[in-house]
Amino acid sequence: MRAPDPAAQKPVAPDNAASKPRIATVSLAGCFGCHMSLLDIDERLFTLFDIVEFDRSPLTDIKHCAACDVGLIEGGLCNAENVHVLREFRARCKVVVAVGACAINGGLPAQRNALDIGQILLDVYQHRPGLATGSSVPNDPELPLPLARVHAIHDVVHIDHFLPGCPPSADAIWAFLTTLLADGAPKLGRENLHYD
Amino acid sequence: MMTTIRMQPTDSGSDSERQIVELVVKRYDSRKDALVQILREVQAETHWLSRKVLHLVAAAVGLTPARVEGVASFYHFFHLQPVGRYHFLWSDNVIDRMLGSRMLARELCRLLHIVPGKPRQAAPASLDFTSCTGLGDQGPAVLLNQHQVLTRLDELRVVEIAELVHARVPIEEWPGEWQRVDDQLRRPDVLLASPAAQGEALRATLARGAEATLDEIVISRLRGRGGAGFSTATKWRACLHSPCPAHGGRVVVCNADEGEPGTFKDRVLLTRQADAVFEGMTVAARVIGATEGLVYLRGEYRYMLETLQSVLEQRRRDQLLGRQILGVDGFNFDLDIHVGAGAYVCGEESALIESLEGKRGTPRIRPPFPVERGYLDRPTVVNNVETFCAVTRIAQRGGAWWSAIGTAQSSGTKIHSVSGDCARPGIYEYPFGVSIAQILEDCGANSGAHHAQAVQVGGPSGLCLATDEFERCIGFEDVPTAGAFMVFDETRDMFETARGFAHFFAHESCGFCTPCRVGTELVVRRMDKLAKGHGSIFDETELRELESLLHGTTHCGLGATATNPLRDTLARFRPAYEQRLKSPTFTPGFDLDAELAAARRVTGRDDADAHLVWQE
Amino acid sequence: MNYFTLDGLEVPFEEGDTLMSAARREGHYVPHLCWHPRLGQSGACRVCTVKVNGRLAAACTTRASADQMVENRTTELDAKRRLLLQMLFVEGNHFCPGCEKSGDCLLQATAYEMGMTGPRFEEFYPDRPLDASHPDTWIDFDRCILCKLCVRASTEIDHKNVFAIGGHGIDTHLVVDSPSGKLVDSRFSADDFAAGVCPVGAILPKRRGFVIPIHERRFDRAPVAEESWLENDASTRESTDDTGGHDEGA
Repeated sequence: MRAPDPAAQKPVAPDNAASKPRIATVSLAGCFGCHMSLLDIDERLFTLFDIVEFDRSPLTDIKHCAACDVGLIEGGLCNAENVHVLREFRARCKVVVAVGACAINGGLPAQRNALDIGQILLDVYQHRPGLATGSSVPNDPELPLPLARVHAIHDVVHIDHFLPGCPPSADAIWAFLTTLLADGAPKLGRENLHYD
Repeated sequence: MMTTIRMQPTDSGSDSERQIVELVVKRYDSRKDALVQILREVQAETHWLSRKVLHLVAAAVGLTPARVEGVASFYHFFHLQPVGRYHFLWSDNVIDRMLGSRMLARELCRLLHIVPGKPRQAAPASLDFTSCTGLGDQGPAVLLNQHQVLTRLDELRVVEIAELVHARVPIEEWPGEWQRVDDQLRRPDVLLASPAAQGEALRATLARGAEATLDEIVISRLRGRGGAGFSTATKWRACLHSPCPAHGGRVVVCNADEGEPGTFKDRVLLTRQADAVFEGMTVAARVIGATEGLVYLRGEYRYMLETLQSVLEQRRRDQLLGRQILGVDGFNFDLDIHVGAGAYVCGEESALIESLEGKRGTPRIRPPFPVERGYLDRPTVVNNVETFCAVTRIAQRGGAWWSAIGTAQSSGTKIHSVSGDCARPGIYEYPFGVSIAQILEDCGANSGAHHAQAVQVGGPSGLCLATDEFERCIGFEDVPTAGAFMVFDETRDMFETARGFAHFFAHESCGFCTPCRVGTELVVRRMDKLAKGHGSIFDETELRELESLLHGTTHCGLGATATNPLRDTLARFRPAYEQRLKSPTFTPGFDLDAELAAARRVTGRDDADAHLVWQE
Repeated sequence: MNYFTLDGLEVPFEEGDTLMSAARREGHYVPHLCWHPRLGQSGACRVCTVKVNGRLAAACTTRASADQMVENRTTELDAKRRLLLQMLFVEGNHFCPGCEKSGDCLLQATAYEMGMTGPRFEEFYPDRPLDASHPDTWIDFDRCILCKLCVRASTEIDHKNVFAIGGHGIDTHLVVDSPSGKLVDSRFSADDFAAGVCPVGAILPKRRGFVIPIHERRFDRAPVAEESWLENDASTRESTDDTGGHDEGA
C-alpha cells in the first residue's frame, strides 16, 4: 500500500532458488490471536511446511531472525522492545506484512492512547490501594519501557502489505500467503477482507 | 501616560455581559445574518467569548447556541478561551519571517513570560501567530487586539512594547508612530495616479445609461482582479438577468478580504482610492439595478474602518450615495462595511457570502452561482476592490481606452504588492504584459545584496517561478496573479518557503471536505518531518500523491491550490528537497525516544535500554 | 427523457437531479458517505468523486445534464477514493473489532469495496471524549467522519437543530446543542431521524450493539456496491429543499 517497493513487485523467492522461502513471524503488542488463526489453516499447514521454511517464530522458538523472505508481524508497538524487534524484522525480511488489527492501527492496546502512561504506571504500581508500603514502579533494566502511545507498525517502519482482520481468518491467511508466495502480489478476495 | 488600562468589568457577573450583548444585538436589529458582526463587537468589549456570552447572543438573535458556537469557533479572531487584554497576533507570512518576526516574537514572549498560543491566566498579554496581515512591505507586522496594527517591529520596539504592557498603558496611548502604515506607492499608473473619484464616473454612467455602461465594460474586456479573471461584464449581465426573490433585490459586494499572503494592494487602494472603489460599486449598482451594497473588509484591516466610514459619510453628503444619487429619481444605493474575523477561505466569493450572512465561511455548492443566488439568496455581484476601481475609470474614460492598455487577453493595468528580498518593496501598478524581470529590476531585486532566485507570483495559491522564467509576462495568458509578488534571493531556502505555505493552508482550511481537512494536515506533517531531517524517499512518493489528490477532489479552490507551492518548488528547486529526502529507509514522523520520556520519569531509568533512536 | 452515461451505461435523469440521485434511482452504485436520498446536498466526503467529461467532480453536487460522460468505477478513481478513505480512517480512531457498527458501517463497507487493506498514513490518535449521557443513545466522537448527515437530518427532518459543526481545519468537530453540550440535555430523542442516519459508529443506540453477531451483518451479507443502500425509502427523491452548501440549516 505504501510507496512502490521493488520487493513487492516480484515473486517472493529466496536468492538461491533451490531452497524454500523463509518466513519469520512475531507477536508484538498483540494477543497471539493472529498466530492462532495461522494454526487454524489446519491440514494446510503441512502444505505450507512443504513450501516454506519457518525462521524466527513462536512455532520454532528461534530468538532472532536470519535473512528472510517474508516477515509476518502481529500486534502494534507498545514498548521499546517491540520497536527493536520490528526493526530487526524490517532489516532482515524482504517483505514485511502487518497482520491483524493491532499491527495495522494499534488495535485494542491503542485504546489506552488518550491516557497518560506515566500516570497509569504510578496508579498501578504506586498509588493503588492494597499495595505494600514503599511500592514503586518497577525499574529493572530488563523490562522494556512502555511508549506514551501504542503505534501501528507502519508508523515506524515501511510495511509492504497489510492483512487485516481481528484476527484475519484462516482462509484469509491462506489466500494471502499462497498468492504472495506465488507471484509477490497477495490477493485476499472480497470474502476474506474484514477489519473485524 | 502611565495610566491603568481601561478594563471592562467582564468578570464581575453576567449583568454587564448581558448589557453588552443586548446593546450590540440591538444595534443590528437582532439580525441572525449579522452574527459575525455581533460577535466581533461583543468581543471588542468582553475580550473573549465565553460559553455564557455565546448563549446570550444565541438567545438574543434566535439561533441555537451550538450554531453560534459553530460560527464563533470557525473564525481565527474569535477567542473561546480567555486571552490577555493585550492580545498580539504576529503576522506569520514567510516574508515576515524573513524579516526576523519569529525571533522578535520569542523575545516578546520572554519579556512578558508568556508562551505563544497558550494564554496564561491573569497574564496581561497573550501572543499567537496569524496568517499574513497585509503589511509585508513594512513588516514584521503585528495585529493588536484584532484592531490596531504595529509595523516595522525591531528588537528595540519589542522591549518598549513589553514595558508598556508591564505598565498597563492603554493601547490608545501607545506612540502613533508605531502604528504608522505607509502606502509605499512606487509605481502608480492609471488607477493609482488618478485623482479621487468625486462622481465623474457616476455622471458619465447616468449620461450614457445603464445598458450602454455595461457595453463599455464589455468593450473594456475587464476581467476580475481577485485571481480567477472572470469577465466582469459577463458576471454583471448574468446577475442582471437573474430573477430576484420577493424578499429583496440585487446586491453589489466588494471583496476586500485580501487574504492571499503577500498581497496588500487593496490596503493601499482603500487608503488612497476609497472613493473610486465605492464609486465603482455604485456604477455596478446602477447597471444591475441594485440598491444595497456590502464591503467585506478583512478583519486585519479593521484599523481602516472609521476612515472608510467617513468617506461613505462624505459621499452621502455629496449625493454620491444614498437616496436620489446626484438628484436622480429612483437612483438609490447605499452600502455597509462588514468586517471579517480572520478566515482566508472567506476570500472565495461564496464563502464570503456565507460569512456576510453570519455563518461559517464554508464555500457553497455551485451552481447556483452568486449572480443567481447570492447574499440572502438574492442575485449578487461580487468583485474585487481593484476591479471596482477599474470600473470607475472605465465608466469615466470609456471601454476602448482601458482595452487599449495591456495585452490581447488581459486589458488594463494590474497592481502588484511587492515584498521580500528587494530594495524597494511596495506597490507597483503596470499595464498587463510586463515581464517578471522588469518588476524585479524596478523594485531593486537584483541590485547590491539581492539576487532573486525565485518569485512567488499571486501568493501561495499562485505560481513560484525560478530565474529561467523571469522573462515570462504578467497576464491571464501567461502568469496570472491576484497581486502578490514575493521575491526570494539566493540565500533563501525554498523548501522552507513551501513549508511555511503548507502551514498556511492547513491553518486556513475550513475543514469541510476530507481531502483538504486531512490532506493539508498530512502535507504539513511530512514537511515538518523533512525540516527536522527525518525525510526519506517514501515521503516524496506520499507528498506527490497528496499533491495529485488535492488537485481536483476538494470542495473549493483553497484545497485545490494548497499544494501549488509544494508542486512548484519540487519541480524547480529540487536540490532544496534532495538533501532532505535522501534516506532510502522509511523514517517515523515522530520522536520515539520522546515517547519513552513519561516512563523514564516514573521509573527513574536512564540506561541505554530506556532510550530509542529516531532512526536506525 | 434525458440521459447521461455512467461508465458507458445510459442513465436517465429528471430536471434538478444530481449525478448521484439519478444514478441511485437506477440502482447504480456511486461510492459515497455523506450523501443521503432524503437530505440536502453536502459534498463533504468527496468519496463520490467522478470524472465528468474528463474533469473531476463530486457526483452528489453535480447537476445532471445530457452531454455528460461520467466515469465512475475506474482504477484511477477508486485509487483516489481509497486515499480519501485512508485519510478518514487515520483522522479518527476507527477500531473496527471493538465497534458495534462493524459490518453495518458504510465507511468500512466502502473501504472493503475499494480494496483498502491498511491505513497507509500515520495514525493521528486524536483524543475525543465520549458522550454517553443520553439514556438511549451514545456518541463516540472517535468515529465521527464529519459527514454532517446528523446535522442535516436534525435540521431538515426533525426540525430540532440538535447538531452543528464547530472549529475549522483539522480541529473541525461535531457540536451538540444543549446547555451542557451533552446529548442528554438536548432535544434529541432516539426516535429522531438523526438517531439512525449516522453512516459510521459515531451515533449509536445503546443496548443493541451485538443483537446481530459480527460477520452476519448487512455488509457481511452483500457488498455495498451490490445491495440497495437506500434502506430508508428507495423511491424518495433527493430533497428538493435545495439549501446547497448552506449546510447548517436555518
